[in-house]
Amino acid sequence: MNALRKYIDSIKPNFEEGGKLHALRSVFDGFETFLFVPNTTSKSGVNVHDAIDSKRIMSFVVIALVPALLFGMYNVGYQNAAAAGKLAEATFWGMFFYGFLAVLPKILVSYIVGLGIEFVVAQWKNEEIQEGYLVSGIIIPLIVPIGCPLWILAIACAFSVIFAKEIFGGTGMNIFNVALITRAFLFFSYPAAMSGDAVWVATDQIFGLGYQLADGFTMATPLGEVAAGAAPASCICTQIIGLIPGSIGETSVIAIALGGLLLLWTGVASWKTMLSVFIGGALTAYLFNSLGMEGNMAATMPWYQHLVLGGFAFGAVFMATDPVTSARTECGKWVYGFLIGVVAITVRVLNPGYPEGMMLAILLMNVFAALIDYYVVDANISRRAKRAIKKQ
Amino acid sequence: MSLFSAENKEAFVSPLNLNNPVAVQVLGICSALAVTSQLEPAIVMGLSVTVITAFANVIIALLRKTIPNRIRIIIQLVVVAALVTIVSMVLKAFAYDVSVQLSVYVGLIITNCILMGRLEAFAMQNGPWESFLDGIGNGLGYAFVLVVVGTIRELLGSGSLLGFRIIPEAAYECGYMNNGMMTMPAMALILVGCFIWAHRAINKEDK
Repeated sequence: MNALRKYIDSIKPNFEEGGKLHALRSVFDGFETFLFVPNTTSKSGVNVHDAIDSKRIMSFVVIALVPALLFGMYNVGYQNAAAAGKLAEATFWGMFFYGFLAVLPKILVSYIVGLGIEFVVAQWKNEEIQEGYLVSGIIIPLIVPIGCPLWILAIACAFSVIFAKEIFGGTGMNIFNVALITRAFLFFSYPAAMSGDAVWVATDQIFGLGYQLADGFTMATPLGEVAAGAAPASCICTQIIGLIPGSIGETSVIAIALGGLLLLWTGVASWKTMLSVFIGGALTAYLFNSLGMEGNMAATMPWYQHLVLGGFAFGAVFMATDPVTSARTECGKWVYGFLIGVVAITVRVLNPGYPEGMMLAILLMNVFAALIDYYVVDANISRRAKRAIKKQ
Repeated sequence: MSLFSAENKEAFVSPLNLNNPVAVQVLGICSALAVTSQLEPAIVMGLSVTVITAFANVIIALLRKTIPNRIRIIIQLVVVAALVTIVSMVLKAFAYDVSVQLSVYVGLIITNCILMGRLEAFAMQNGPWESFLDGIGNGLGYAFVLVVVGTIRELLGSGSLLGFRIIPEAAYECGYMNNGMMTMPAMALILVGCFIWAHRAINKEDK
């Protein structure tokens, strides 16, 4: 660590006023504060500082995403081998490296495009680099299918960083979750590359790894099968472990739960939001179960299976809890999370056009987060006002 | 006063740029979102609004001294409605396909804020010739935004312009895809926003 600190201090003069790399000062500043907590304090007024700053919070979220990411890579290889019918001869590391090579370009594209725009904007506005994209940049590859082409991923990243984030004022000011806007843009702009049955399994060999599948190979996700009116082919244990086709990081409930535990243990994510999303989803699914809508597979599927499939768990753990776009009052978090669960399951069951409703549910509730907070605060004010009047 | 005095020129030129009805006054947004998914209806819509604004302006300017102040809105509406009906019938007769594409939006020109705004703000105080220039200017200013948005949306959303394929087949074979969101009104709103953004950035010094 000391060697790194010394190295950073030694190259620092290059980036200061008059140094030859002054044009890249925001890049340098971004990396320096990412690696070391800055020891500067504010010079005026009274400020209470938490010991942990937002760059450290972001790092925790990235660490929490690692299990889902690693499992996603393995699952990409596994699905490819399973589709080729070569599971018996495929090795664990062979499948993992195949998945690694398939996912890596997506992560690189997401970070290069997103951070590139952030750096340019920071330089242009003469501000520090904002750290928000650290998390979005790793979530974006995890919520797209493996068959999503890189160039449209790049366009979507650029679109969401500019239109969902920078025009609202950058990190901490955005109304919508940036990663979800990326996904929504992809979903509505290029439906052929984001949904349907042809995009969930990697079909090409990469550097001799993996198996070449036939052109036009299709494989439905369990939710896709449900939307088509059939029971999911895989059993619930496989769905919990996550060896099913789906967006790269969303399939494994176990890997997501590991990350979720880390977020809860460090206090980065709110357990209220997380829990209430599951409660809302479970109750709604249970309600549809008991309504007995014959012929609608999504309504008759057991309620616990709804929570396991698709992006429900991933959205509940990593995206509904986004501190910027979710409700901030403690009561508000319950309402916010509960309604996300309700809307997500409702979209799944009642709209045959969208097999999955989590993205739309979270984006919709992002809009209402501020309104929920407003009424919670308002209720608190009037409650206390009543109490004060009574005492007189 | 000569026909092309500085004031008359101003009435014609200013709505094209510095006082653009869409980009600066933010009027007529609804139809700008609804009809611009392709270039052809955008052009036809822009021209229709130009013609109607110009002639409504002229008629109201001629009548302006005889219109009782308390019922002026009704009279303006009657004039606009008559012109819209004529334009709508002409479109049906000579450009049936486009009029089907535009559907209710031709009729809804009656409610276009640009029209009422120009009648109230300009034609009621100025002579017919100035009003005519003002109407043409405002209509063209509106049409210009529609054409820009319509071009981008049709090019990126359908890969064509005025129905002719622009993006070559080879690009699609290499994996290029049309952007489906460009054909939705949501993207039109973002594009109009970008247009306003660019317009204000260019005209910063003039403020």
